[in-house]
Amino acid sequence: MAAGVATWLPFARAAAVGWLPLAQQPLPPAPGVKASRGDEVLVVNVSGRRFETWKNTLDRYPDTLLGSSEKEFFYDADSGEYFFDRDPDMFRHVLNFYRTGRLHCPRQECIQAFDEELAFYGLVPELVGDCCLEEYRDRKKENAERLAEDEEAEQAAEGPALRAGSSLRQRLWRAFENPHTSTAALVFYYVTGFFIAVSVIANVVETIPCRSLARRPPGEQPCGDRFPTAFFCMDTACVLIFTGEYLLRLFAAPSRCRFLRSVMSLIDVVAILPYYIGLFVPKNEDVSGAFVTLRVFRVFRIFKFSRHSQGLRILGYTLKSCASELGFLLFSLTMAIIIFATVMFYAEKGTKKTNFTSIPAAFWYTIVTMTTLGYGDMVPSTIAGKIFGSICSLSGVLVIALPVPVIVSNFSRIYHQNQRADKRRAQQKVRLARIRLAKSGTTNAFLQYKQNRGLEDSGSGEDQALCVRNRSAFEKQHHHLLHCLEKTTCHEFTDELTFNEALGAVSLGGRTSRSTSVSSQPVGPGNLLSSCCPRRAKRRALRLANSTASVSRASMQELDTLRRSPVPQSRSSLNAKLHDNLDLNCDSRDFVAAIISIPTPPANTPDESRPSSPGGGGGASSTLRNSSLGTPCLLPETVKISSL
Amino acid sequence: MGAVMGTFSSLQTKQRRTSKDKIEDELEMTMVCHRPEGLEQLEAQTNFTKRELQVLYRGFKNECPSGVVNEETFKQIYAQFFPHGDATTYAHYLFHAFDTTQTGSVKFEDFVTALSILLRGTVHEKLRWTFNLYDINKDGYINKEEMMDIVKAIYDMMGKYTYPVLKEDTPRQHVDVFFQKMDKNKDGIVTLDEFLESCQEDDNIMRSLQLFQNVM
Repeated sequence: MAAGVATWLPFARAAAVGWLPLAQQPLPPAPGVKASRGDEVLVVNVSGRRFETWKNTLDRYPDTLLGSSEKEFFYDADSGEYFFDRDPDMFRHVLNFYRTGRLHCPRQECIQAFDEELAFYGLVPELVGDCCLEEYRDRKKENAERLAEDEEAEQAAEGPALRAGSSLRQRLWRAFENPHTSTAALVFYYVTGFFIAVSVIANVVETIPCRSLARRPPGEQPCGDRFPTAFFCMDTACVLIFTGEYLLRLFAAPSRCRFLRSVMSLIDVVAILPYYIGLFVPKNEDVSGAFVTLRVFRVFRIFKFSRHSQGLRILGYTLKSCASELGFLLFSLTMAIIIFATVMFYAEKGTKKTNFTSIPAAFWYTIVTMTTLGYGDMVPSTIAGKIFGSICSLSGVLVIALPVPVIVSNFSRIYHQNQRADKRRAQQKVRLARIRLAKSGTTNAFLQYKQNRGLEDSGSGEDQALCVRNRSAFEKQHHHLLHCLEKTTCHEFTDELTFNEALGAVSLGGRTSRSTSVSSQPVGPGNLLSSCCPRRAKRRALRLANSTASVSRASMQELDTLRRSPVPQSRSSLNAKLHDNLDLNCDSRDFVAAIISIPTPPANTPDESRPSSPGGGGGASSTLRNSSLGTPCLLPETVKISSL
Repeated sequence: MGAVMGTFSSLQTKQRRTSKDKIEDELEMTMVCHRPEGLEQLEAQTNFTKRELQVLYRGFKNECPSGVVNEETFKQIYAQFFPHGDATTYAHYLFHAFDTTQTGSVKFEDFVTALSILLRGTVHEKLRWTFNLYDINKDGYINKEEMMDIVKAIYDMMGKYTYPVLKEDTPRQHVDVFFQKMDKNKDGIVTLDEFLESCQEDDNIMRSLQLFQNVM
């Protein structure tokens, strides 16, 4: 739960007095929280530097190391203080988080070290305050990518290993994508580049006027008409090469549909299509106009160079990503052009023999003036026209100058960070997902508590003592509060899953439906108990955490783009070590319920459980399979295992 | 080129201007600071000990450094205890019950006074406070509409996912049951005396009033 809320719990509980007259059922008794000794000052010794703080301050965040009973592991009874062998400078920030509720990122420290400290103290990086969040993320990303680049460079230096048995198709595709892999690929790369250049130059030279010896002495002919066969042969050769290349790429592509849709293949098609169309279309006067237009498309062959040039690709990408700025520029220019063209037209209307024959005709003048070209083919002659013309040119300068710095800075940013925008978006999704998880953690804590309570009622007192609830006083009181609310309204909290079941047609095979829906919903709200509620390390949560480990690990990996190991899971394993011996007794009871409602997962997961408690996991699961047969299944209706 | 330089310099001056405005805003905010009366006075006025008051104040000051809670903060804090549903309506009524002087902000004294009544007060005081909470327009009577609002707000806190499924007229039924019990002369409104009498007759309520005894 978030900042400092623990201190407001007494107020929330007091406010519950307002429900009392409305309650139709008797409210549950208050939890017997042992009388706190008032607030005391704790001493935390971090590598020699002593920090002192109120116990209440640390209790604000029960999900972390300092706020939970985990700090008892570090308690030194001789000196009466908690000793941590960690960096004291970093600890300052951690402690300030408890005090102020905001986690700040130190500017001069290495971001990796900071991350490690956070992981040790059980703080999720999402807690970094908004003031420092941007910088933290940027530095982290830079780091991650530098590491990724180094790795890639290493891999590339080693040379890609040719998997034995890779098909011709795969080898061909790799040759196309990385020309440096083999000599043949390099040769092919240069040959195609050469032919692209030849084709483009031929297109250009075709139109240069050559002096013709015969036929029309005064006039000149373009070279294309003078040497038609030569140019035709060159064109044919180029097109043949391009067609061959395209077909080979199509053959080698791992996903043909994706290849067909990609930009480069479209450019290839546009480059060679006009030639074929020209072949099949007969040369008569009507169509030749269209035919000439088609030849224009041959110039797109120049875009094939973008395969050969990284910079060109970046430029294209920049323009694509600056689309909004460009759009704004275009839009504002259009508005201004229309306004000024109208004004100029009406200003010049009276003049005889004026160029401003219509508003569209005035568009040309406006554009030329606003971009400060000033051809001078259209000039205003009236005084009003001249005034407005000057306003037009001044405003043109402004309007064009405004978006340009943005585009320039965009380009430089993108040039330095190739295609990091995608990763940034993925991180945002991850962040939101984590926050959602943390929130759902608190809701599920209460549902968990209810399940435990249900088992408690059916269990005997001694086992209850063994299955020591690691709940803090805060949690107990909070759950009591929620329980009171349930009793007041005579309705109970459940989760989405069971709610939908209750809503929909209830099938009698309730268990199977539950299990299938559970197994098909790997990332449910209650799923990541292991990762976000490590403090509630009830034995059973540990087991369930183990069983969800496989499922949640997948989702954690999804989320864990920054390659941080899922450290919170180790927190429950810490507690597991302590109470491993006591596990079996209460596990059998807990597991009955777990097994009954979720038949499949425990079977899958023992092999995936963490090395810290393989014995306990294996042993417990075998005992429970036996016990599940003998024990009558008494699942009170209200207790639904929903945490998977 | 000149245009580009011009745009750059204009951007810079704008930033300087906004920072000056921010300083003024900050000064304004820090003016609204409230310090509570002395510890001894509060101890005399409430049923808390000095230590308890200290703990309470530290928590209060941390959440609200300016010394007063406004309704927004109040709602946010309360909502964190009920992540399942929507606690803002009930928090709104609570806020108005805490804010006895109807100033729109709750000072530490108000906060502690109310807590003292709720946690350490006599049965009579608690019931009177609850009556005050239910009486939304503070006219001395509870009518069915006010009760409907309160009950609806409480059911909102349960959220969507409940078992059994929440029906449309459940709040209304609840209110009817309540009025049947409380409204002695069946005139459609509940006065303070009727309320006190009916609650004192009900064992459940009496028992549960002792629930929050040792919350601190």
